Amino acid sequence: MMDAIMPVIYIAIFPGFLFLAIYSTLIQWIDRKLTAVMHNRVGPPIYQPIADFIKLISKEVIIPDNADVLMFKSLPYIAIASILVVILMVPVYSNDAIIKFSGDLIVVIYLLTIPTVTFFLAGWSSTSPYSTIGSMRVMTQLFGYEVPLFLSVAGPCILAGSWSVSDIAKYFTEHPSMILVNIPSFIAALLASQGKLERVPFDAPHAKNEVVGGQFTEYSGRPLAMFLLSIDIEMVVLASLINAIFLGGVFNFTGMIGFLLFLIKTTFVCLIFILFKVAMARVRVDQVVKFSWKYLVPLSIFQILLNLYIKLK
Amino acid sequence: MSKIQIPLGPQHPALKEPENFALVLDGEMIVDATVNIGYNHRGVEKALENRNYIQDIYLIERICGICSHSHVSCYINAVEEIAKVDVPQRAKAIRTIVGELERIHSHLLWLGVAAFELGYDTLFMYTWRDREQVLDCLELLTGNRVNYGINTIGGVRRDITKEQADEILKKIKYLHERTSYYVGVVTEEPTFLARTQNVGKLPKNVALELNAVGPTARASGIEIDVRKDNPYFIYDQLDFKVITYNSEDVFGRAVVRVLEIIESIKMIEQILKNLPEGPVSVKVGWKIGPGEAVSRYEAPRGEDIHYVKANGTEYPERVKVRAPTLANFQSLPYCLKNGYLADAIITIAAIDPCMSCTDRAIVYDIKKGKKEVFDWEELRKYSIEFYRRKGIKFS
Repeated sequence: MMDAIMPVIYIAIFPGFLFLAIYSTLIQWIDRKLTAVMHNRVGPPIYQPIADFIKLISKEVIIPDNADVLMFKSLPYIAIASILVVILMVPVYSNDAIIKFSGDLIVVIYLLTIPTVTFFLAGWSSTSPYSTIGSMRVMTQLFGYEVPLFLSVAGPCILAGSWSVSDIAKYFTEHPSMILVNIPSFIAALLASQGKLERVPFDAPHAKNEVVGGQFTEYSGRPLAMFLLSIDIEMVVLASLINAIFLGGVFNFTGMIGFLLFLIKTTFVCLIFILFKVAMARVRVDQVVKFSWKYLVPLSIFQILLNLYIKLK
Repeated sequence: MSKIQIPLGPQHPALKEPENFALVLDGEMIVDATVNIGYNHRGVEKALENRNYIQDIYLIERICGICSHSHVSCYINAVEEIAKVDVPQRAKAIRTIVGELERIHSHLLWLGVAAFELGYDTLFMYTWRDREQVLDCLELLTGNRVNYGINTIGGVRRDITKEQADEILKKIKYLHERTSYYVGVVTEEPTFLARTQNVGKLPKNVALELNAVGPTARASGIEIDVRKDNPYFIYDQLDFKVITYNSEDVFGRAVVRVLEIIESIKMIEQILKNLPEGPVSVKVGWKIGPGEAVSRYEAPRGEDIHYVKANGTEYPERVKVRAPTLANFQSLPYCLKNGYLADAIITIAAIDPCMSCTDRAIVYDIKKGKKEVFDWEELRKYSIEFYRRKGIKFS
């Protein structure tokens, strides 16, 4: 009986949808509040993200005449679903993830690409000039940050000798000093994730001054709420992935203490995301690609060479 | 990829006022740009003819919310020239102080807007917070934050007390500190540099040809400034530099504006430290003229020109306003062409456009080549008819 229920609980409640939804709205509040404090503003109250979500849910859904209705409506759920699968392969309350097999990191990386593709399709299927340009920017940006992200996680993989997220986390738990060695690719991964999450300085796809709402211009009501939720969840999932790959996951702890450590460390990674956002202006989409290939890729390759040297020494 | 035309405005998140820029795009590149103005026409010039010279001051003040003092000063210079009034030195000094405070307020506002257009919200919030200081100064001096109502024909309406002068000096000192910090941000922040350098290029010869004015021209290395070239008020007694920069791009325009804030602060300190004594206004009769005058004024956005024709009655026969934005609009299509769509917004913002200043009353029918100038009654009738056709009924 329990065996039949557990997968449902994993996906729907913990560490799946319900937990992620609550945790990501909390992170969103921290994001907005800290940004406000750094801007010298007051900032929103703690229930604001939930209020925003409920408000969007209750709004009317308007679908453009030329849009493909089925695709337009289903894309947000595909985005959320693909991210929810990722959290099952990332350590949450112990360094053994719920689903664990050799090579799950590759699956994780590919699953994380799906939301970006849905953003592109969302913009493309809305058929408005602003969303068309927005989705073109989503795709252009994808070519910028995707390769650095792949390369930056390759470094720790070589050290750990495994393509499994849980194994990498365990390796760093056993060799904590190696966390310091991997700082270059850690920085590269942080910046690439900033591009993946489309946050300042890499938020060109939905830069409101240029292309209104970007790929989401035509979205309203429930689908928009789901897209925004998926972006929030993606931030938490990326933070936990970075935590597992570069910061040793939850170390040797399990259960409640491990879970607390997970919360603290992912919040810390999110704080770095917020700092990037506050300190910079938005760069152009061609500058994103140029920056990624000029600085992030060499940084990651340097890390790979360094790790190969350490491994073979 | 085929060419698509995207409308930037009249309703667009990046534009604070309605104006249309039709951009033809090839991918992300702009291949052609047209500026369409006229969404904000209010018939101010015509209305001025139906009011007397004092009432006109209050209407002219409302041409623009930001450079309200500039427009009034420009108009008053012309009227006083016709009426041959000798304005007291103290009044001129107070006008200069308000004018320079207004310049600081306008440039800080611009820096915030430019930062916002670049997605740099932190700088936006910071500059607008510090702008409150200069608005407080203006409120202390004139009683209002934006439409100061300090000018009157023959002088100013309020004097400066010793305490006010001290308070302003204190706030100005704080602003000096903050502005020095912004100079650092503008010239050193890598993402800000990446987005502004080599964007919206306007070479010196093109800027001269297309009649650019103000910070836009000065950033292309042209040394024009009415305050230096044709001094009014007490600018001939002040020690200040005309800031120019040779980068010919948006970055240059930002640098020029930030450095101009520092020059303005120095000027205000100079005036407040030795303020001339004497009365603040002289009496001028209701009837002015006959005569005509053209007056030039260096508004925060560039050279403002007012033409006033008086016929000896208490109403002006004609008042013509040429706002600086209209002069700068000529160079905008050149700046926009061959740029990225992402840079269009900051390129437009870099001339610090003020649409409501710009829009004037002429209907030009391109197809028939017919030009019409309305009088006040016809204009009113036309506007009512225009909205009725759109289905809006006035009860």
